Amino acid sequence: MKSSYREALRAGIRDAMIRDERVFLMGEDVGAYGGSFAVSLGLLEEFGPDRIRDTPLSESGFVGAGIGAALGGMRPIVEIMTVNFSLLALDQIVNNAATLLHMSGGQFHVPLVIRMTTGAGRQLGAQHSHSLEGWYAHIPGLRILAPATLEDARGMLWTALQDPDPVLIFEHGSLYNVPGELADDAGPVDIDTAAIRRPGNDISLITYGGTLPAVLDAAEQLAADGIDAEVLDLRTLRPLDDAAIMASVTRTHRAVVVDEGWRSGSLSAEVSARITEQVFFDLDAPVGRVCSAEVPIPYAKHLELAALPSAARVVAAAKETVDAGG
Amino acid sequence: MTGTPGPGGGAVDAAQGRHLLLQMLRVRQLEEKCVELYSAAKIRGFLHVYIGEEAVAAGVLASLGPEDAVVATYREHGHALLRGVSAGAILAEMYGYVEGCCRGRGGSMHLFDAATRFFGGNAIVAGGLPLAVGLALADKMAGRSNVTACFFGEGAVAEGEFHESLNLAALWQLPVLFCCENNLYAMGTALARSESQTDIALKAAAYEIPAWAVDGMDVLAVQEGARRAVDAVRSGGGPHFLELRTYRFRAHSMFDPERYRAKDEVARWMERDPITLLRTALESAGQLSAAEWEQLQADAQAEIAAAVDFAEAGTPEPVEELTRFVYSERDTGDGAGPGTGTQPAGKETGAP
Ligand SMILES: Cc1ncc(C[n+]2csc(CCOP(=O)(O)OP(=O)(O)O)c2C)c(N)n1
Ligand SMILES: [Mg+2]
Repeated sequence: MKSSYREALRAGIRDAMIRDERVFLMGEDVGAYGGSFAVSLGLLEEFGPDRIRDTPLSESGFVGAGIGAALGGMRPIVEIMTVNFSLLALDQIVNNAATLLHMSGGQFHVPLVIRMTTGAGRQLGAQHSHSLEGWYAHIPGLRILAPATLEDARGMLWTALQDPDPVLIFEHGSLYNVPGELADDAGPVDIDTAAIRRPGNDISLITYGGTLPAVLDAAEQLAADGIDAEVLDLRTLRPLDDAAIMASVTRTHRAVVVDEGWRSGSLSAEVSARITEQVFFDLDAPVGRVCSAEVPIPYAKHLELAALPSAARVVAAAKETVDAGG
Repeated sequence: MTGTPGPGGGAVDAAQGRHLLLQMLRVRQLEEKCVELYSAAKIRGFLHVYIGEEAVAAGVLASLGPEDAVVATYREHGHALLRGVSAGAILAEMYGYVEGCCRGRGGSMHLFDAATRFFGGNAIVAGGLPLAVGLALADKMAGRSNVTACFFGEGAVAEGEFHESLNLAALWQLPVLFCCENNLYAMGTALARSESQTDIALKAAAYEIPAWAVDGMDVLAVQEGARRAVDAVRSGGGPHFLELRTYRFRAHSMFDPERYRAKDEVARWMERDPITLLRTALESAGQLSAAEWEQLQADAQAEIAAAVDFAEAGTPEPVEELTRFVYSERDTGDGAGPGTGTQPAGKETGAP
């Protein structure tokens, strides 16, 4: 079946709404407007305004209400337009959603799913372009997902809704229009493991979300130069699938981590640290990293492109890592 | 005061009326051009035009002085222009060129200009309100009699920052003029679908802030209301709040298919186009001849055409400078002073 990342997400939401009456979608402009990125287009007509619930501009309020509704037995899907605006709800996410189970000594679960757009690449300027999923991956109590494929866009939501704890799903803005085939019977997928998107023997390129297409592209370019790269899609940023990361690196002996977040204090730093902690003696070269330049993402196209990871930068970093290994 | 009835029945001073008409025309033509340039892919990112709402910025900004401060939203091209940022520097910014008012780093939603005390250009809804409170706090603490005008949409009223800011400003009696641009929609969400109390001035009143609603399509009414409020704020009367009732004629942004409102609703509001209202009032008072109207349009057109030429001739900032302005550039001891980050690029280059 011909589909797109956006349609796959929509199919996942529809599926959840049909399967479980406790599920509802709430957020800014999810209904009458048709979804700020058109993910929920048509769902208002199908499910009505109670379950496709438009909210005022009140991120802290409606995320907190989502937490409360989850405590009250519902299975809310809260949509925040972009990760940038999720900062207005940071208190509710970090101080309530992530902590209630622990603070209550295991009594109160928060089965809440929060979806949001992340990432740059569309010349939207600093306040609309940041990749902050790595921050959220810092927080115990949250599970962080980053679907990069149509299957994951379609299938992660249902599994996330089965999780008794809060799950955040990050959808990279550059992926919505990605076309592709989706099996008619595509359904839930696991949200525990990383996935090898391209097997290879010479180097592990470890990435997730919006940079997966560029990394796959880089792997093809490297193949033309005789370097057989493996591409590992993390899929779940917290908890990280250490076993899959280490299995890949012990096979290839080299790794480059590609992350659209900034380098300092980042998810890429965490992955790199775990590799050196766990399989240091299997490495033939230091772990490389390709991240965004340490600058608020600029508007001008050439500056924005220069700030972001690209296939060319991944190729260069991979070659450097291979050469360093001798 | 002598004069003839304005659109809302107020008196029009001929010169002042023609001045306001020109201001609104300049904004309208700048933005018609922006839309055209967006379609031609010269401008990218998000573009939110103010077409239909020009009377609000024109009326309020005409009531401010050069030492006052302005804080606006992502729908701020008009505010920037009327505050004195050149059309060339604004367009060059949208082209992403170094000649832009923010060197191409901000784009349409992030116009800033230190020289005119224009503090953005904020793309986080309600993000500018606390900033305005702080600017006013600084003025008050330093004993300056400046006013900070803060523009925001009615959508911002639902955010916590709106309420926190109003309370702080009232509690500390700060010189802020809150200007709520009530165009009835926040993207696709109508006011009545987002607020239990749709009378916005009442919300401000609950914080003990003098607040009233103004016909935001009548530039003379806006100017009159703003002048009254600014005078009160400046003379130590604490924060004031204007709810400016207006309407956006165009989509929220260039990506909005406008599924949420009826075409005839838009058409009805367009009958109250603020430019047409003032023009008609001036004409029927015999204060605007056909030739004068032609001239005003020609003046605005010439300005915008020169601005497009300026932007077209712009240059991209060298990529090597990508990581500049993340931190302040320190004085290197050569007497050069602080980094160029605080200097308005557009001014220096003589943008039209
Ligand atoms: C905190 C935050 N949430 C959501 C958005 C997305 N957004 C941008 S503009 C807008 C509507 C704002 O409406 P309003 O305040 O009435 O201003 P208008 O666009 O009508 O001028 C929304 C929801 C945002 N920029 N910031
Ligand atoms: Mg509005």
